[in-house]
Amino acid sequence: MKITVASGKGGTGKTTVAVNFFLSVPKTSLLDCDVEEPNSNLFLHNELEKVKEVMIPVPVIDEKKCEHCGKCADFCNYNALAALPQKIMVFSDLCHGCGGCSLVCPNDAISETGRNIGNIERSFSGQFHTGLLNIGEAMASPLIKELKTYAGENTVIMDAPPGTACPMITTVEDTDYCILVTEPTPFGLNDLKLAAEVVREMKIPAGVVINRAGVGDGGVEEYCHQTGLPIIMEIPYDRRIAEAYSEGIPFVETMPQWKEKFLQMFETIKEAVR
Amino acid sequence: MKQLTVISGKGGTGKTTLTSSFAALAENATIADCDVDAANMHLLLQPEIIKTYDFTALPTAIIHPEQCTECGICVEHCRFGAIKEGFEIDSYICEGCGVCEYVCPADAVTMEYNKCGEAYESKTRFGPLIHAKLGIGEEAGGKLVTLVREIAEEAAPRNNCDTIIIDGPPGTGCSVIAALTGVDIALVVTEPTVAGIHDLKRVIEVTEHFEIPSLVCINKSDINDSKRKEIEIFCTQKGIKIAGEIPYDTTPTKAMVEGKTIVEYTDNSFAKCVIELWEEVKEEMQS
Repeated sequence: MKITVASGKGGTGKTTVAVNFFLSVPKTSLLDCDVEEPNSNLFLHNELEKVKEVMIPVPVIDEKKCEHCGKCADFCNYNALAALPQKIMVFSDLCHGCGGCSLVCPNDAISETGRNIGNIERSFSGQFHTGLLNIGEAMASPLIKELKTYAGENTVIMDAPPGTACPMITTVEDTDYCILVTEPTPFGLNDLKLAAEVVREMKIPAGVVINRAGVGDGGVEEYCHQTGLPIIMEIPYDRRIAEAYSEGIPFVETMPQWKEKFLQMFETIKEAVR
Repeated sequence: MKQLTVISGKGGTGKTTLTSSFAALAENATIADCDVDAANMHLLLQPEIIKTYDFTALPTAIIHPEQCTECGICVEHCRFGAIKEGFEIDSYICEGCGVCEYVCPADAVTMEYNKCGEAYESKTRFGPLIHAKLGIGEEAGGKLVTLVREIAEEAAPRNNCDTIIIDGPPGTGCSVIAALTGVDIALVVTEPTVAGIHDLKRVIEVTEHFEIPSLVCINKSDINDSKRKEIEIFCTQKGIKIAGEIPYDTTPTKAMVEGKTIVEYTDNSFAKCVIELWEEVKEEMQS
């Protein structure tokens, strides 16, 4: 079973939920798919080894064969190629690696080479994998797709990137259940609605975890009741949790009674997926 | 004209809380909400929309079943795995490259441009706000950020504004890069937690890469003293000034529930910290 932890907005506690869930439920593995800012291992303190350099194919122009017809640049929807009278310029940062330019080239002047966009690392136990996108790199989705191939047979928990754009979609796609983490505030509600709409459209069963319960107003609860989105756990607003977080300590380690609640939540999820 | 971008690496550090207060404090600024993926500024500034701009980015492939011979050549060439069983395009996965249209021997594929978001120019009680909404699951957030900034750059002089304050997206990816390029200064909001420091370091790499001068603000600064010191040491090493510190408190949440900025909410120690921070940022921006 694949369970994603998503949220719409950043900073709501996705990583907190993903890590504590992973530590509470036996026989699970964890993928940190927030490849721009992977934070899970800051709480797990695994020693990591690199397992893969993720590459995307980018074009290389053979100037001997190129006649500067500009068909490649016309075809490219990402503006990764620009045709000048005497040269084709390649902006490999913009290239999505679709391969269209080499297909349309009438002179076979375009070949491809790999460009590294980031790496995949894992803990020695193999229960944890994380992706790390290179700084200044815009292509998160290919790295996330590659990372998801390391899911394994066990129940896997995936820490999704914030937002509802393509990196989040790439993570949530093909998973069995989506936990939506939110805060009970107007900002939290606004972003929860967006994320809930995505999973509804993708037909993925979902439930809400309210983090910092007790601050804010009742808007989130009301929305959940109205739309039939189950609230599967509430984590209270508690300075002790915030302090443990600041030190990189998962709160189930300082408050072990919470492991039982994560196990219960897992049962709720299994029931919903069945 | 001066441009300031507020970024954070990590989400939820208080970017919008600060930016909205800056909007209240600045006398003639245009505000640009570039967190297009999870825009929140409108919840505090209650904008009155005066102009809407359609946003179209990349097309999506459509396979017309009546022409499709199910030969599978498109599936073979699609590098994104966007063509599902039954020769249907998964529009979430399709990157709009057009390879399937090009290779289809039966001319069964067309590329269709759909509106995938909107940008707005609005009036607020603090001046112009440019904001946007990205369609669900759409990519090209970076392009929409660029559109918001273009509108802001055009609207600011028209409204006699000499400053643009940009609320940036979280992370270090394409939207962040689009929100940062060419601005005069970046204010990086961080918090004294292991994750906060990790993300601060990553985002400073981005500002350094694009040669944008940075300032740091430590939010929730009293939650962990040793982590706060770690941030101070990092900033000293990098030659980055800490422009302000804000305590851990529920005041911003209470203000948010009432739809107010911190500086409007009540006369509190919080507001004082934000005002001092703004004075520092303003001074750095002018120098």
